[in-house]
Amino acid sequence: MAAEMLNSYRTGPDEKGRFGMFGGRFVAETLMPLILELEAEYGRARNDPAFTAQMEDLWTHYVGRPSPLYFAERLTEEFGGAKIYLKRDELNHTGAHKINNVLGQILLARRMGKTRIIAETGAGQHGVATATVCARFGLKCVVFMGATDVERQKPNVFRMKLLGAEVVPVTSGRATLKDAMNEALRDWVTNVADTFYCIGTVAGPHPYPAMVRDFQSVIGREARAQMLEREGRLPDSLVACIGGGSNAMGLFHPFLDDKDVRIIGVEAGGHGVDDRMEHAASLTGGRPGVLHGNRTYLLQDADGQILEGHSISAGLDYPGIGPEHSWLHDIGRVEYVSATDDEALAAFQLCCRTEGIIPALEPSHALAHVARLAPTLPGDHLMILNMCGRGDKDIFTVAEALGDRM
Amino acid sequence: MTQPAETRLTRRFSKLKAEKRAAFVAYIMAGDPDHETAIEIACGLPESGVDVIELGLPFTDPMADGPAIQAAAMRSLAAGGTLARTLETARAVRARHPDTPIILMGYYNPIYSRGVERFLAEAGEAGVDGMIVVDLPPEEDEELCLPANAAGLHFIRLATPTTDDARLPAVLNNTSGFVYYVSITGITGAAEASAEAVAPEVARIKRATNLPVCVGFGVRTPEGARAIAAVADGVVVGSAIVSRIGAGDSPRKVLEFVRSLAAGVRGEAEHV
Repeated sequence: MAAEMLNSYRTGPDEKGRFGMFGGRFVAETLMPLILELEAEYGRARNDPAFTAQMEDLWTHYVGRPSPLYFAERLTEEFGGAKIYLKRDELNHTGAHKINNVLGQILLARRMGKTRIIAETGAGQHGVATATVCARFGLKCVVFMGATDVERQKPNVFRMKLLGAEVVPVTSGRATLKDAMNEALRDWVTNVADTFYCIGTVAGPHPYPAMVRDFQSVIGREARAQMLEREGRLPDSLVACIGGGSNAMGLFHPFLDDKDVRIIGVEAGGHGVDDRMEHAASLTGGRPGVLHGNRTYLLQDADGQILEGHSISAGLDYPGIGPEHSWLHDIGRVEYVSATDDEALAAFQLCCRTEGIIPALEPSHALAHVARLAPTLPGDHLMILNMCGRGDKDIFTVAEALGDRM
Repeated sequence: MTQPAETRLTRRFSKLKAEKRAAFVAYIMAGDPDHETAIEIACGLPESGVDVIELGLPFTDPMADGPAIQAAAMRSLAAGGTLARTLETARAVRARHPDTPIILMGYYNPIYSRGVERFLAEAGEAGVDGMIVVDLPPEEDEELCLPANAAGLHFIRLATPTTDDARLPAVLNNTSGFVYYVSITGITGAAEASAEAVAPEVARIKRATNLPVCVGFGVRTPEGARAIAAVADGVVVGSAIVSRIGAGDSPRKVLEFVRSLAAGVRGEAEHV
């Protein structure tokens, strides 16, 4: 599929769940019937006005949508270039964009008569959102979390427990997010009858990447309407951080066919994107492979063994990325860059001081790139940064990195 | 679609059918606990009563495997296990045992990373007869299944308790050699398979295909192997053997255990 032959960038995936060569359904036979059933039910739900109405009602009254599009006046002054707007998804209930998708999936699980919800989590934001919505609907919730992440995200672990979820520390493999996802898949394959797997990002086997994107696209739809209302025109650029890529895809997707909107994804550069592989930049430092049900760019060695990503942000250190991002990268519609741990830490502190907003470490990566880019752009350039999560969960990590004893 | 005609694997199952006994399929992980020891164990399997060798290809993220095989993969990788060394292991067994079928079992990414055409050429040259690739369902047949068949290698499919009658023809299409029936919904080495539950499922699959049906994923003892052998064309044991390797048993002790499983499959009473 050559880029110049496309009438639209928004029609994927195809019937095999592919975005170009990426995506697909690379799962064990036991799960295949479940995935086909999920695809069929999602197809029915998305065309059911009652389903959409219930989701929108909960988005409004439970989550607090629409999230504001806020003109960041002091950051704009600080950078001295582009006019910076923040899409404030950190103001959502539970403090991140994750709940947009979880609500959709849990309503779908209820339609399918599933009574037990499982989820994987890295930083804990998706786990907290899942535990929250399960509590709201009285569903049993089991969250798989790498033992390493359980240790470095203690406040979120306790939040999940308060919400009634069972948190299972995963010690297999290297005990981080990818191993949590392996363990969730192992649970799902074992408990096929009553269990729904609520994936937290735009990855996994078809239909997850498309489904999670659709639920998160509320971010971009709102931002588009808000910018038109506020400035009377579309933004000139969008910037969002990328781990698996759900907040970015949610912001980007409604703008993909707006050819004049420059779109930039920022991966976690860790200690720097080089041969040491101490980063989590799948697109800028990886190559295509197959993991967790889809073909996408992966951090891997010469033998096809998956490498552990590194990032100061537990929400970004996943060795893969959503397959639609891989496709958008290859056809050149979206630019992908990276920001290091140190750059993200500096941006984190800058945002606290200038805007009175403590950002999560994940969007701090996006802000780090805005700090590089905005000063080179004129004052009438409109830029939207997706502030996809708040930083309360990260204060211990930041304190340690800054050598501050709390 | 062309599929492999007469091969070591089809000859082996014809012979077993003539002898009226079930096949004993034994799984070990290549490179576990280290390259040389794994070769020593693999080469000893045929003399220990193994009819078909399943050779695990190590992968960092074995999503369908339980703790025993996960640990085996980690041991193999820590000791330098790779796809190339897995093929070396197959080559070593082939040199000693010209007739014992060797099936690779693993996940797609190491194969995809090497390149499908290159992998198939190297596997055929190493004396491999077929492969089971857990994360390639029929929906992804163009990736590896069809090229493998074209290269004369069997692509063996897993059928599971969730594979209903409507889906079964898709699962049986393009497959050859044998059908691997997964006796439980779950991961390798989990719940114990019951012959009572398995028998009607094997019969259901046999109504839809002439291929032999082997049963695995929950067989761990000689007694269990004997019970499953009575209702299927073959029995696969993996986690139980791999656990012995993980516990540090010597190749001689591992092969003793394998012999006891073989006796179980053959319906002989023997206890370890």
